[in-house]
Amino acid sequence: MEKRVTFKGIWLPLLLVLPQLLITAVFFFYPAGQAVWQSLFIPDPFGLSMQWVGLGNFEYLLSDKYYRASFQTTAVFSILVTVVSMGVALYLAVLADRLIKGSGTYRTLLIWPYAVAPAVAGVLWLFMFNTRVGVVAWYLGVLGYDWNHVLNEGEAMGLVVVASSWGRISYNFLFFLAGLQAIPKSVIEAAAIDGARFWMRFRTIVFPLLSPTTFFLLVVNIVYAFFETFGVIHTITSGGPQQATTILVYKVFADGFVGQDLGSSAAQSVILLLIVSVLTVVQFKFVERRVHY
Amino acid sequence: MATVSLESLKKSYGKTEVIHGVDIDIEDGEFIVIVGPSGCGKSTLLRMVAGLEGVSEGEIRINGQRVNEKEPMDRDIAMVFQNYALYPHMSVSQNMAYGLKIAGTPKLEIEERVGEAARLLQLEPYLKRRPRELSGGQRQRVAMGRAIVRRPSVFLFDEPLSNLDAKLRVQMRLEIKKLQRDLGVTALYVTHDQVEAMTLADRMIVMNDGVADQIGAPLEVYANPQTEFVAGFIGSPPTNFIESGVAGKSPGTKVGIRPEHVAIVPTGQGNTTGRVIYAEPLGAETLVHLTLGDGQLVTVRQDGSVEIPSEGQEVGLSWSEQDEMRFDTDGRRL
Repeated sequence: MEKRVTFKGIWLPLLLVLPQLLITAVFFFYPAGQAVWQSLFIPDPFGLSMQWVGLGNFEYLLSDKYYRASFQTTAVFSILVTVVSMGVALYLAVLADRLIKGSGTYRTLLIWPYAVAPAVAGVLWLFMFNTRVGVVAWYLGVLGYDWNHVLNEGEAMGLVVVASSWGRISYNFLFFLAGLQAIPKSVIEAAAIDGARFWMRFRTIVFPLLSPTTFFLLVVNIVYAFFETFGVIHTITSGGPQQATTILVYKVFADGFVGQDLGSSAAQSVILLLIVSVLTVVQFKFVERRVHY
Repeated sequence: MATVSLESLKKSYGKTEVIHGVDIDIEDGEFIVIVGPSGCGKSTLLRMVAGLEGVSEGEIRINGQRVNEKEPMDRDIAMVFQNYALYPHMSVSQNMAYGLKIAGTPKLEIEERVGEAARLLQLEPYLKRRPRELSGGQRQRVAMGRAIVRRPSVFLFDEPLSNLDAKLRVQMRLEIKKLQRDLGVTALYVTHDQVEAMTLADRMIVMNDGVADQIGAPLEVYANPQTEFVAGFIGSPPTNFIESGVAGKSPGTKVGIRPEHVAIVPTGQGNTTGRVIYAEPLGAETLVHLTLGDGQLVTVRQDGSVEIPSEGQEVGLSWSEQDEMRFDTDGRRL
């Protein structure tokens, strides 16, 4: 027996979901439709006229080596962000799970970075690593390492990865900790009696039982790295040096708003739209029927 | 196989002492049941033997060797948990093989031992299943199987039957006892169910508030309880406690008398009088509940064929002197 309110007519329910529908239509469907529409045209530099090119924008994009390079950059970036933020979070969660005293404080402090907006986080890390005034950069200089993420592509990538992962660790930590605490203590004890030492227990019992959480976080973090790291990249590297940190989302902005190539930018948005749709399907498909033991 | 000795074993959490010193020498192959109400420290005691809780004071010896500082895995024990604690992501056979695999047992031997345990516990048809696809009783068997494949010296059971329904509990109780006998392994079994304690134990430890009130064979404990608590806890319905003045003795102490030792006699006869509140005819026997002059409740267990007194009737209560158990005001046996 399902216990839910049922309406007889169609008008009242429609009225109740109308605000949400309106917001979705105005802020999602309309811009998405615009992007699809614009991706089929090349506008003139002043935006006064548009020329129909069909799938020309897409054809051009897919044969553009910079665009393909951006795909690769995005892949490297999102894999690194996901691995770093989830790895560190899992490590911290395992430590926090073992804590008895002061675990509340520890948890609260670890959650704080999540409240920092990506752009602000980017600026914070930029200050630390600024080639001229950055504290960390200065100490690295003392140690004989010449830090310069403005010129060095690897360092630039490293910095945006760290800055993007930092705030994310909090979020992942919370989920991992909740996941760890949901594992019955007696199962761990049984494994201890069965002779499994800490690392063995983690590998064969804890980690497998944590897999629903891990999978959920994997999808969520990839989506994050793909779409929500714009602020970090914009404040730290602006996609540079030499497009080394230009991920797909940043390229939409750079080509469209900086390069004024609105047709190509729109086409890129459409491609991103497809990617996010696939990720969402994957997420729903697997997260909905999560492995229940 | 092994002997287990506990020597003035104490446990404190911070400043609160929860176990106040337990001593027992358990012989090889003996089945010891630790019984007591919830919160008496019986599970804590078991977990100390398992190595899941630290020892605050005293010593635990398995086979004469001090194990206080040893990890659970180095104590040569196996434990069956109340909620079974099966590994949910492993099949039944993987669950049973886990400990052996870690110990580096050769694959063939693992298969052989798991197969043997499965045969013993009638789990053969379920070896490929996951725990969630099993019934409560089957899970219980898997937990037992996991314990026996490792051939430990000591079995520890933490209320293993309390999640099963009444019928299955009786059946599993018999199986556990049989298994332990056949394997000849030393067992420590924690329960709050006195029937389990009576039927399973070679000797039982009756725990009350962190103290082992009495240690002894079930029938000996039943016949000769050392404290008021033990007399009240072991036996169902529980022992009647009657103020000695009401029972026709010099006042100030308590007389304990088991329900089956009291007989209903005509008014004016017997040791004291009571008024019948209600009777519970159970077929083979009848429980008659009465109040005494001072309001104290008393239960009489009589044969089902004996006439049942009507409610509100005033009757005499009689028992023989030798069945009396006298307790002082501290609950100690006099």
